[in-house]
Amino acid sequence: MPELNLTSAPAHLRHGSNIGQPLTRRDGVLKVKGQATYAADNHPPGMLFAVMAVSSIAHGRVTSLDVTAAKRHPGVVDVMTPDHKPQLAIDPEIKTNPFVFRMEVLQSNEVRYANQPIAVVIAETLEAATEGTVLLAPRYETLPALVGLDADDSYVPPVVGVGNPAEHHRGDVEAGLASADKRIDAIYETPPQYHNAMEPHAIVAAWNGDSLQIDMPTQGLMLSLARVAELFGIPHDKIHIRSPFLGGGFGSKGLMAGPPVLGIMAAKLVGRPVKLVLRREQMYGPVGHRAPTRQRLRIGTDAEGRLIALDHHARTVSSTFDDFYEPAADASHTLYAAPAIRTSHDAVRVNTGTPLFMRAPGEATGSIALESAIDEMAFACGMDPLAFRLKNYAEVEPITGKPFSSKALRACYDEGAARFGWAKRTLQPRQMRDDSGLLVGWGMGTATFPALMFQAEARAVLRRDGSGAMEIGAHDMGQGGWTALAQIAADAVALDIDRVTFKAGTSDLPDAGIAGGSAHTATAGAAIHSAGAAVIAKLADLATNDERSPLFGAGNAGVIARDGRLVRRDDESRSESYTDILARAGLAEVEARGTGAPNPAAMEEYAMHAHGAVFAEVKVDPELGQIRVTRMVGAFAAGRIVNPHLVKSQLFGGMIWGMSFALHEEAITDRRSGRIMNANLGEYHIPVNADVPPLDVITVEEHDPHVNALGIKGVGEIGITGSAGAVANAVWHATGVRVRRFPIRIEELLTQL
Amino acid sequence: MKQFDYVRPATVKEAIAAAAQPGAAYLAAGTNLLDLMKGNVSRPDRLVDVTHLDGLDRIDRLGDGSLRIGTLVSNADLAHDVEFAKAYPAVAEALLSGASAQLRNAATVGGNLLQRTRCAYFYDTASRCNKREPGSGCDARDGENRTHAVLGWSESCIAMHPSDFCVPLVALDAIVEVEGRGGRREIPFDELHRLPGNTPERETVLEPGDLIVAVRLPAAARGFAAHARYLKVRERTSYAFAIVSAAAALRIENGKIADARLALGGVAAKPWRARPAEEVLKGVSPTADAFQEAAWRALTDAKPSGNNAYKIELARRIVARALTLAAAGTPARIPALPASPFASSGAIHA
Repeated sequence: MPELNLTSAPAHLRHGSNIGQPLTRRDGVLKVKGQATYAADNHPPGMLFAVMAVSSIAHGRVTSLDVTAAKRHPGVVDVMTPDHKPQLAIDPEIKTNPFVFRMEVLQSNEVRYANQPIAVVIAETLEAATEGTVLLAPRYETLPALVGLDADDSYVPPVVGVGNPAEHHRGDVEAGLASADKRIDAIYETPPQYHNAMEPHAIVAAWNGDSLQIDMPTQGLMLSLARVAELFGIPHDKIHIRSPFLGGGFGSKGLMAGPPVLGIMAAKLVGRPVKLVLRREQMYGPVGHRAPTRQRLRIGTDAEGRLIALDHHARTVSSTFDDFYEPAADASHTLYAAPAIRTSHDAVRVNTGTPLFMRAPGEATGSIALESAIDEMAFACGMDPLAFRLKNYAEVEPITGKPFSSKALRACYDEGAARFGWAKRTLQPRQMRDDSGLLVGWGMGTATFPALMFQAEARAVLRRDGSGAMEIGAHDMGQGGWTALAQIAADAVALDIDRVTFKAGTSDLPDAGIAGGSAHTATAGAAIHSAGAAVIAKLADLATNDERSPLFGAGNAGVIARDGRLVRRDDESRSESYTDILARAGLAEVEARGTGAPNPAAMEEYAMHAHGAVFAEVKVDPELGQIRVTRMVGAFAAGRIVNPHLVKSQLFGGMIWGMSFALHEEAITDRRSGRIMNANLGEYHIPVNADVPPLDVITVEEHDPHVNALGIKGVGEIGITGSAGAVANAVWHATGVRVRRFPIRIEELLTQL
Repeated sequence: MKQFDYVRPATVKEAIAAAAQPGAAYLAAGTNLLDLMKGNVSRPDRLVDVTHLDGLDRIDRLGDGSLRIGTLVSNADLAHDVEFAKAYPAVAEALLSGASAQLRNAATVGGNLLQRTRCAYFYDTASRCNKREPGSGCDARDGENRTHAVLGWSESCIAMHPSDFCVPLVALDAIVEVEGRGGRREIPFDELHRLPGNTPERETVLEPGDLIVAVRLPAAARGFAAHARYLKVRERTSYAFAIVSAAAALRIENGKIADARLALGGVAAKPWRARPAEEVLKGVSPTADAFQEAAWRALTDAKPSGNNAYKIELARRIVARALTLAAAGTPARIPALPASPFASSGAIHA
């Protein structure tokens, strides 16, 4: 029987009752009890510990390593260096596809950024390996480091983000600005930010002959497997990756980075299993980060406050040896209805690890600048920020002119504003205070993130004992994949969720695509939905072709699945259980596969985005300049909500990160050395619980018949957009001081208050 | 990490003998030392664990009315001791504004006093640092230094002392009890920490083997209980060191300030007692003008050590605010956000 692909079929054909339920995490108890096995919890027999030595210079060359001293240290087994390492099958500098980024796996003595791996010490204990890295006492030939947004001559990158043109335009921006009644021209800066997932990158690698067992957190099982296969020259079926749980990914664990490859190399070198876990400071270099930006926004309006031109330029950085460009200016493509829009990027090369994906790459950096600028423009027009946004509401996608597949943003504005009490806001800044004299400010921002889909496959099984199974190499990064995807699986085979074995998180399962781009639930969900439909169709074939079945002659499409039974669509009194159908057919089980994929025709026709509106209240001490966020309300429309409980958590997390973006988070780079001076959780500030105010999330109902069969848009990243700008705008509204460098530092407010 | 000997002496005397050897370090909770060791900043040959020594974890009221706090009392236990918090509310508030709940549960009195600076260049072994490696130079001086010292710094070192706890202690004339090879002695709190000068590696007046066994708060310090506050500006609400903080304590009689105590944190290599400012306040009415003048006097000698001139202005404002809060009276209970400017906030109006 051919496999069915129902990804473009309307969602309402399904009759399940799991999707939409606020189930608590099915893996929650395991995690609370410490029984969820993360990569670094694995200890195969004979395992050794590997610790990376990393460069303390940002540019130059390692001239010596005291390998002898390191090897003399008790417990040290071996030291892997450029001169002593297993050969890879291909040069790691070769980019074999657009999702391959260059990595440092001891291919040379060259140093391209601080914290770059320069050797790996392998020892019987973690402590011995750690001391071994100190005893290596590396010496360097140091070259001047390129640091910051003005480090070098700029250039226009070939593409930004994933294959987007660096420049876009629609209409004549300069003419629009020239004819504008009011205009603003402002420059905003965002800092470098680094990944600080609770779980650092980690790997336990064990070779058995030419077979390789890997325990490693990954957001992309099959992409990682393919990269490992080509680097080590072994077939895919010789590699098995287990990644049942991630302690956060946020884009840093999507593509294979250098450190886990070093772990595999180390295991090969010593012929024993090896564990390699990054120290916190080693996260600040070889595993991707969010590049800094400097963004100039020029906006013009007519006398009625209608946008007539929007020009958004972003300067960013990439590494000296590879290309990834934070597509910050692209945030201006979709939100506001300006007849003339231009977005452009330029970049300089600096001595850092290559910047890569970090939760809402481009959207997060672009959003805080755009939403600040829109706020400034609204004030210049004498308009309330919400009224201004509504006046410039985009009925079609501004940069393309395409209609939206769905867009409930107006409802987000309405419901968010009502819940927040926005109507009582003063137009002028610095007009609101609380009883203790603190300045109070209210700000808002619009949230947006594209609704993406990748490719995925799933396998569904129905068994004679009335149970089912769904298999897909999907990823739970903490977002709740074990739960939400299992809900979709249960509905897909019309069984109670407890009757369906949901298998995920290993590379021997069907490819679920990458868990990124806020697309995993949509993509894996579509494959699950499709596989479920396919296995039900097989079962229906068995029943409707069997004279002994009450469903005989109903036709494949004449039955529907409900609660473990097939029911005749035109006569619900006639039904038969899965168990009876399989028993009579003499089958132990029936299985089928299904795929999920984007629909190119729909993508051509529609612009697909999730939307939201975030409202923030801050209080500011009028003398000391200290800021505290006291309230946030976010209303989001993201298509079908599979699990409201988990979705709220995702959106809370995004809103907190938005607040962090506006007020806390920044990697401090020494401008002379290129070293990051706060590469630890004590000094790289993210909000603590005491910083997080009461958060309120509203999910606005939105039916989208075009994005995919289930109507899912994804919520992984959108929460950070809008939120950062809302907090920044609230600080302005409280104080009348517009700070355009993020995070907002106390000294910038202090001198102007 | 480097291999080291670990000893657990049975008595203070044994501990002193063990710690007096070159390369030895005392270990209490280790909330700072172990981080320094993991980062290869400190490489002791021998750790002398004092956490099992008898009698050092008690809080005792002495006959002269003073309170003696054993060196092993945890920050949390001390802050939550009812009598202590009532008698020395600013000290309790400072303790609760420091670190995180988990760290406060572990960190000890003596360890808090001897914690090292959080200057990033001190922690970064690839940077030059006169404190870590005497004579190597100071990369902070022309580096990322927006949070560094504005008082008492030298060309050798611009690091600041990070403790909150020490700030009200120095204001209240606490006494540090030390046992050493030469027996027991007492050090006025203000004399415990040294300014960097040309020897920033010598952070205190303690000699090898010296063990802080207790901190004593004199009876007279209780006289400020009705008007004592600690105020701390930081970049997040918990688990962040002060950019600038201040402890202010007043004794107000008949509408006049009979006595005043003022100290600043986050501004120097030691908790900074601002005696000239105290003098301004004595005998005057607790008015905004008086507090402003005190604030100016407290920062008379301040100068930026880098990109941190704002800290001087911030410190002035914090001093004035801390004095204002102290004059208004110690709150009946420590605010839910201790030492925060947001300790009290209420209904909003346009």
